[in-house]
Amino acid sequence: MTAASLVFAWGNPSRGDDALGPSFIERLEALAAAHPEWPRFDALTDFQLQIEHTLDLRNRRRVLFVDASIDCAAPFAVSTIQPARDTSFSSHALSPQALLQVYRDVDGIEPPPAQLLAIRGERFGLGDELSATARTHLDAALAWTAAWLAAP
Amino acid sequence: MAFELETAVHPEHLRRVAIDPLSRVEGHGKVSILLDDEDRVQQVRLHIVEFRGFEKFIQGRPYWEVPVMVQRLCGICPVSHHLAASKAMDIIVGAGQLTETAEKLRRLMHYGQILQSHALHFFHLSSPDLLFGFDSEVSRRNIVGVAASHPETAKMGILLRKFGQEVIRATAGKRIHGTGSIPGGVNKSLSCAERDFLLADSAQMVDWSCAAVQMIKALHRQNPALYDSFASFRANSMSLVAADGSLDLYHGRLRVRDADGELLFDQVDYQGYAQLIAEGVKPWSYMKFPYLTSIGEEHGWYRVGPLARVQNCARIGTPLAEAERQEFLAYAAENGRSGPLHATLAYHWARMIEMLFAAETIAVLLADEALLGDQLTTSGQRATEGVGVIEAPRGTLIHHYRVDDNDLVSVANLIVSTTHNNQAMNSAVREVAKTYLDGRQLTEGLLNHIEVAIRAFDPCLSCATHALGQMPLEVRLIDAAGEEIDRLARAPDDQQQR
Repeated sequence: MTAASLVFAWGNPSRGDDALGPSFIERLEALAAAHPEWPRFDALTDFQLQIEHTLDLRNRRRVLFVDASIDCAAPFAVSTIQPARDTSFSSHALSPQALLQVYRDVDGIEPPPAQLLAIRGERFGLGDELSATARTHLDAALAWTAAWLAAP
Repeated sequence: MAFELETAVHPEHLRRVAIDPLSRVEGHGKVSILLDDEDRVQQVRLHIVEFRGFEKFIQGRPYWEVPVMVQRLCGICPVSHHLAASKAMDIIVGAGQLTETAEKLRRLMHYGQILQSHALHFFHLSSPDLLFGFDSEVSRRNIVGVAASHPETAKMGILLRKFGQEVIRATAGKRIHGTGSIPGGVNKSLSCAERDFLLADSAQMVDWSCAAVQMIKALHRQNPALYDSFASFRANSMSLVAADGSLDLYHGRLRVRDADGELLFDQVDYQGYAQLIAEGVKPWSYMKFPYLTSIGEEHGWYRVGPLARVQNCARIGTPLAEAERQEFLAYAAENGRSGPLHATLAYHWARMIEMLFAAETIAVLLADEALLGDQLTTSGQRATEGVGVIEAPRGTLIHHYRVDDNDLVSVANLIVSTTHNNQAMNSAVREVAKTYLDGRQLTEGLLNHIEVAIRAFDPCLSCATHALGQMPLEVRLIDAAGEEIDRLARAPDDQQQR
């Protein structure tokens, strides 16, 4: 059964703070297990956002996208995002805004309301561990998400 | 040794145009073009500007961890690295011949990867160029534009890719970071429920793959003047083939044909790839330039990937894909032509034939009861060195490891498809520059022609660089008159040269 709320994070676990996305999902699922009173949600993760992820958006009431960022203010930034035709995608990735737009064009209906949670990262080298700073940012982002999940 | 347009005589007097980074290509590739005062092209180079020390990432790890951890090298072809590393580690654990169940499960995983990767490449990376034209409005020339104008095409691509991902999930255990393939075999077989779930959609995937071949074939036939000539260059071709010469993307021996289609090498055991191939270095690129050792750097370079594979093999073992291959070959021989088709845009046609082959192969495998078996692993005499080669979506992928007495990887060498195609891609962009850019005012559409050529190869730039200490580095000091007054270079052995 598809949950009304979807949390979708992406990143490469072996590229330093790019692991913020998958680490976020891992921590969030552990927190949810410890808090059975939380509303039900689905949590997904992948290396990159991709075109087939439009299928994961179907029948959702709301979506929270989560990614590491080198641009946002620390510890994290939240923004409401809209479908948009942008040129940010590569062969390996797609922006969440473009994903929403593909959903709209392919399915012919409006995508679910979506927010982007950008967590500040510092270093992204292959083989790097998640930095101490990023771990702090991750804690703050998780606290915010607990409130997001509890909101009606 | 330098190829035409590789190095200008006096670059300091020329105007530089850089395409940086290449859109829709992972990593940070860069093409630099040097133009003279009359906008004549004097130098074109495809650069790899991102450095990633993959081999160092692997060295020191226990060998059994390697098939899982190498998936982190590339987000788009993790299964190819997973399987190539597994095949190398099969040698280490003495598993010369896998069990029937293990071999077929790995094949199913691999063809799922081929299907999803080819679908992604064609429908979402290249179809915007092909459907809208290389000069079309830049804001429309992307997958969002495809979805808006051709929603059924976009949907077909999404569902083909989704199916491939489901095959991977069922065989690898998870959608990403799978653990299904291990040294000596696999760690799970398919359940009846998983098999039936995939079987339900497999015929549809064959139908859609057929439709995709028809689409690219029609595009090619509608505009043969463009498709046959764009970025076309003569090259040798290398790929794995089965023992009977048929197309096999999972396992086989190496075959190389020359630019006329004549066999140069055949049935070469890839454990000895290092005798067949050498890797040249150039001071301006972090990425190496492989070539056939016996022929030399100037004439021994080659292309890999779908265009090489479809023309290298003697036949394809599934009926629909073989019929399409025959039509492809017939097209190549039209109008008195002979030998292989060297047109870079024919990569797309060949790629879709391979996608059809993958869809048919998946359907055949899913009907095989061996997938449900319980003989998952085998082992034998322990070895200290192993090579695994697989035909990844973009071409031949080589993993080579040495493992010490403590079971730790002491040496790792990876030659990825994009590295094999390094000279081929440079040749493609130089052909485009000569044909479309020379003497003309540069526009975004013209520059996109360069990118169209590169996208046909589908380079994975982020996993194509080599280990620390191996990258050539050159510093040039040029005075105000443009004369070089000093030069310092670091060679691959880390020695400095002046």
